[in-house]
Amino acid sequence: MIRLDHVSHRYGARDVLHDLNLDLSEHRIGVVGSNGCGKSTLARLCNGLILPSSGAVSVEGHDTAKDSSAVRSLVGFVFQDPDLQIIMPTVGEDLAFSLRPHRLPKAEVAKRVDQWLHAYGLQSHRDHPAHLLSGGQKQLLAIAAVLIAEPQVVIFDEPTTLLDLANKRRIMDIVLRLDQQVIVVTHDLEFLTDFDRVIVLDQGRVVCDDRPQPALAHYRRLALGEPPVC
Amino acid sequence: MRSKDIALIALFAALTCVLGLTPVIPLPVLGVTFSLQTLGMILAGVVLGAKRGALAMLLVIVLVAIGLPVLTGGQGGIAKLVGPTAGFVWSWPIGALIAGGLVERWWAHLNLAKALVAALLGSLSLYVLGQVWLAWSLHIPASVASWSWLVYVPGDLVKSIVAALVAVTVKKAYPLITARRDTTSADAAKPQGDTASSDTDQLWSGTASTPVTVAANAESSPAS
Amino acid sequence: MLSLYILGDSPIHRCPAWLKLLALALIGSVVMIIDSWPTLTAVLVLIIGAYVLARVPWHACWPMLRAMIIFVAIIAACQWLFGSAATVAVVSIRLTCVIMAANLVTWTTKVSDLVASIDVAVSPLTRLGVRTDRFSLAIALALRFIPVIAEQGRRIREAQAARGVRAPLTYLAPLIIKTVRMADGVGDALESRGADLRPVTTAGTPACPSRRAFVDTADHSG
Repeated sequence: MIRLDHVSHRYGARDVLHDLNLDLSEHRIGVVGSNGCGKSTLARLCNGLILPSSGAVSVEGHDTAKDSSAVRSLVGFVFQDPDLQIIMPTVGEDLAFSLRPHRLPKAEVAKRVDQWLHAYGLQSHRDHPAHLLSGGQKQLLAIAAVLIAEPQVVIFDEPTTLLDLANKRRIMDIVLRLDQQVIVVTHDLEFLTDFDRVIVLDQGRVVCDDRPQPALAHYRRLALGEPPVC
Repeated sequence: MRSKDIALIALFAALTCVLGLTPVIPLPVLGVTFSLQTLGMILAGVVLGAKRGALAMLLVIVLVAIGLPVLTGGQGGIAKLVGPTAGFVWSWPIGALIAGGLVERWWAHLNLAKALVAALLGSLSLYVLGQVWLAWSLHIPASVASWSWLVYVPGDLVKSIVAALVAVTVKKAYPLITARRDTTSADAAKPQGDTASSDTDQLWSGTASTPVTVAANAESSPAS
Repeated sequence: MLSLYILGDSPIHRCPAWLKLLALALIGSVVMIIDSWPTLTAVLVLIIGAYVLARVPWHACWPMLRAMIIFVAIIAACQWLFGSAATVAVVSIRLTCVIMAANLVTWTTKVSDLVASIDVAVSPLTRLGVRTDRFSLAIALALRFIPVIAEQGRRIREAQAARGVRAPLTYLAPLIIKTVRMADGVGDALESRGADLRPVTTAGTPACPSRRAFVDTADHSG
């Protein structure tokens, strides 16, 4: 459970988020909003990459400002651009990197890496340089590298934006099958139809927080400039 | 040293290697070639500052040492670090340190002229160290070694101007250096009144335009 | 990323990396001290012997040898103006020894082995509070991002060519800004992937003990 308690965030003179009070406990939560509404900031607040200007964010009771290492091991984060998320030169090394804080024996690391490579169809690429993968494979690797560390919550920041239709489907499939809590920030509304809760942000405020159907309808009207009903 | 500093160091080392891959103009003097690689050295200094800039260049030296063909024209290996021209490679961290140190000192009131002086003095260290090493290892008078390198002067002037322009641009757009304590740090600490449009733009200015607050956060949370 | 390593299975290839580096340092210092050309020639013969032992293919070492011969010839010509024939011989042979020995190490040692020996060499620094694990992390990051940045450079050049811009330096400013921005993303990734975490104290236990179970969950077969 992630709790935001009177959270505001400002960059310089500009307010990005105003006084958010949220309890995020549902299995699948979507966050939508126009560019610049603060949704990426919200995602980064949840794993402590950004600390709030005022208020507090906690994950399972751990304050993100005080207990960042506990928060980071609980919350995995998948970024929009896998190219920046892949850290190690080869595919296998990158997966192994995620297990470093766990301090496992070498054989155990190799075993887990192989399991995850198989699960995502990357086994033949283990020793290949990561930059030779296709865009879809890179995103798969980025996701596998987050999941291998067994986080309790996985946050996805626009995971499908850079992908073609087939890869988009594949990533959506993976996200929907996860048994961890997932929080997905996206512009891809059909992604969220089977979610448990959708939060609509506009100019740093929550303007709608509901089941997907009414929330997405609200967001569509908002984006088209029609008066809200909800 | 935060994660972002490590990322900056590694990325500027990589950038310097990439600049060495750009097309080269071969000069028949002592079998050396002209390329943009030394620009990477000056840039690391003026964009990242003394410490991170010098570490980025040391990282390039490590990459050369482990046998990667990252020097101009696909050269590399330990021979480049112990041979007579090794001084030119070893001077990179020092050049970045000098250029970066000057930019840090002048940070609050950095302009094109000051950035250019910093870049030029950074490149100068390359000549001084490179020639001293060359002359010493070959037992030839330094004066002979020095005129043969005059052919590089026009190229390095151009590179210094480019680096100075970049330094001033980057300072405006994404300042990465905080002013030295002995200078007025008010300018550097002042947040930018940006009009970022996308989410990533916000994030950018949030982490970069207020380096002082970020540093304070890092200090206040020992676990990070 | 290609390395300069030449695949082989000779005694020189199998020799541990630290021993080769130590030998190289030794040869480097010894030839700097020795001032007699017959002794230096003996060292050179030893090094050539090592080349034969390592079975470095001729086509691989010829470009290096050719560049080295031209270089040494120019140096020797300069020397001739200032010194005796003996000095010319000493400096030329000394140079040849150092370059050939260093190249032999580079050609016969894998990148991963050299990184490992660097790790060992810097490990005493941990006592001084230096985070040496960051050191190999930085090497890995640089290796990972050389192709990524090269790709960015190519894209920028293409975009500029499409707009009719052909000046070689104009692509630098966007490339540097792109690199600086990338560092932000990479820094975030490093933090969120635990590069900054203190290692978990109890070895073998994953950082998160239990995972929340959700009732409405399909089976995750990952």
